[in-house]
Amino acid sequence: MELNDLYRDVILDHNRRPRNFGGLEPADASVEGFNPMCGDRLTVRLKLDDDKISDIRFEGQGCAISTASASMMTEAVKGRTRAEALRLFDRVHQLLTDDAAPPADELGKLAALSGVRAYPARVKCASLCWHTLASALRSTNPHVLPAVTTE
Amino acid sequence: MKNIALADRAAGFDVNALRRQFPVLARVVRGKPLAYLDNGASAQRPLAVIDAVDDYERHHHANIHRGVHTLSQEATALYESSRDRLVEFINARSRHEIIFVRGTTEAINLVAQSYARPILKPGDEILITHLEHHANIVPWQMVCEQTGATLSVAPIDLRGEVHEDAVVALMNPRTRLFSCAHVSNALGTILPIRRLIAAAKARGIATLIDGAQAVSHMHVDVQELGCDFYAFSGHKMYGPTGIGVLYGREQLLERMPPWQSGGEMILAVSFAKTTYNGLPNKFEAGTPNISGSIGLGAAVDFLQGLDRDAAERHETALLDHATAALSKIPELRIVGTAGDKASLVSFAVAGVHPHDLGTILDEDGIAIRTGHHCAMPVMEFFKLPATARASFAFYNTFEEIDRLAAGVERARKLFA
Repeated sequence: MELNDLYRDVILDHNRRPRNFGGLEPADASVEGFNPMCGDRLTVRLKLDDDKISDIRFEGQGCAISTASASMMTEAVKGRTRAEALRLFDRVHQLLTDDAAPPADELGKLAALSGVRAYPARVKCASLCWHTLASALRSTNPHVLPAVTTE
Repeated sequence: MKNIALADRAAGFDVNALRRQFPVLARVVRGKPLAYLDNGASAQRPLAVIDAVDDYERHHHANIHRGVHTLSQEATALYESSRDRLVEFINARSRHEIIFVRGTTEAINLVAQSYARPILKPGDEILITHLEHHANIVPWQMVCEQTGATLSVAPIDLRGEVHEDAVVALMNPRTRLFSCAHVSNALGTILPIRRLIAAAKARGIATLIDGAQAVSHMHVDVQELGCDFYAFSGHKMYGPTGIGVLYGREQLLERMPPWQSGGEMILAVSFAKTTYNGLPNKFEAGTPNISGSIGLGAAVDFLQGLDRDAAERHETALLDHATAALSKIPELRIVGTAGDKASLVSFAVAGVHPHDLGTILDEDGIAIRTGHHCAMPVMEFFKLPATARASFAFYNTFEEIDRLAAGVERARKLFA
């Protein structure tokens, strides 16, 4: 059944107990993401060590897909460079929107989001945190980073 | 269930016969029979409306008001006869008082720009309430920005009710216009508009009622209400989208300048001077939504062919049944508990975000609305980002509501 594919155990778990949830002081970047269609709102804060994301936390309110996606994202990008994190965003975006997306083995837990693809109205829920992260990363260094493609 | 079915029959209201007139209600969604509980967003169309639009498109379409040929005359006659039916539907005084617009939103913008803007001066006030739809907030904010007037907002209480004294307390000599919903789209509250209109009138304040959520549920008589303007949309009363009505008192409409210009709204144009057409054409610039207005006329006929009192009783029974069924669910909070409510229930379930609930119910073929319902100040007031809203029409059944309650319970367990 598709619903079980959307709300997989790992997503339910991250919704119930979001990881890296709460404030982060001081932060090198803090960006609020807002989805005016549904009212979901979250803030991503991160610390950088040179080019590496040394810490990242989020807070806000959203649906299970949005909360779980943000929670898994923080786990996935912590310790990565900005460029690595943005590449991961591209891969997740592909996973959410492209039926012909290559196998998601290297995405680890994030692969659980593939069920969202069958629910086009919910893709934005899963990608809000990633757009917010990309914007936070760009805010720390607007010149050297390539623009994030969401196509 | 049996008792309810008997009660329905006793009331002479045959839901199943009525449902057969709405083809879409026979649809299967994700393998389940559709339970359409999103009527507050848009109601479905009966065959009478579908057929009227189809007949027009197949046999009568031409541009109106300007051709001497047969089709143009037929189209004009159909278009204008819809206006006549709307005069009767809300008991306007004449066809001069029925302006076809795209919908409630456009009607309110028309009043804001054509009635309010020319008369507002810095320091003047527009009064609304806290439970308005964005369409009854933003046009006033815009006109306030344009004129230096200010927007004043009457409070609601924790049940989602608007109290007459709280509104009256904000009426003062600078108040130029009072605008409020007849029925709240987010909460279902029926506002005490008779008393509010009377209070405004007694102080010389013009009144606009946003009737988008009301006309499908209850009989509206604009003369009895005494409001200056009343706005509503076709698609929420079983008619097409893209068509709606602004009722305005002729005396006021006469004095108002056109707000859009072009064809139809003029009598004579030269480069030196243009003479405006009379009512209602003055406000209908350009080729209008002809098929939409014909569909809306058919929707009026359909509604008037119903036993509307019985339909209203059925909707009230649906509301009572839904309120009781949902109240039994632990962790569920009904948002909007006014004593006088139209047949919709907004609710929030702890631990279950409305969007997840909407997706889970859709899997069961149940359509509800989730989100802020274009009423963010209301959500803010109740400290919720969003709610789930089930809104009922007279074609809904008790069984559909039981399915809704079962679906909500299932969602709650999934996220527990």
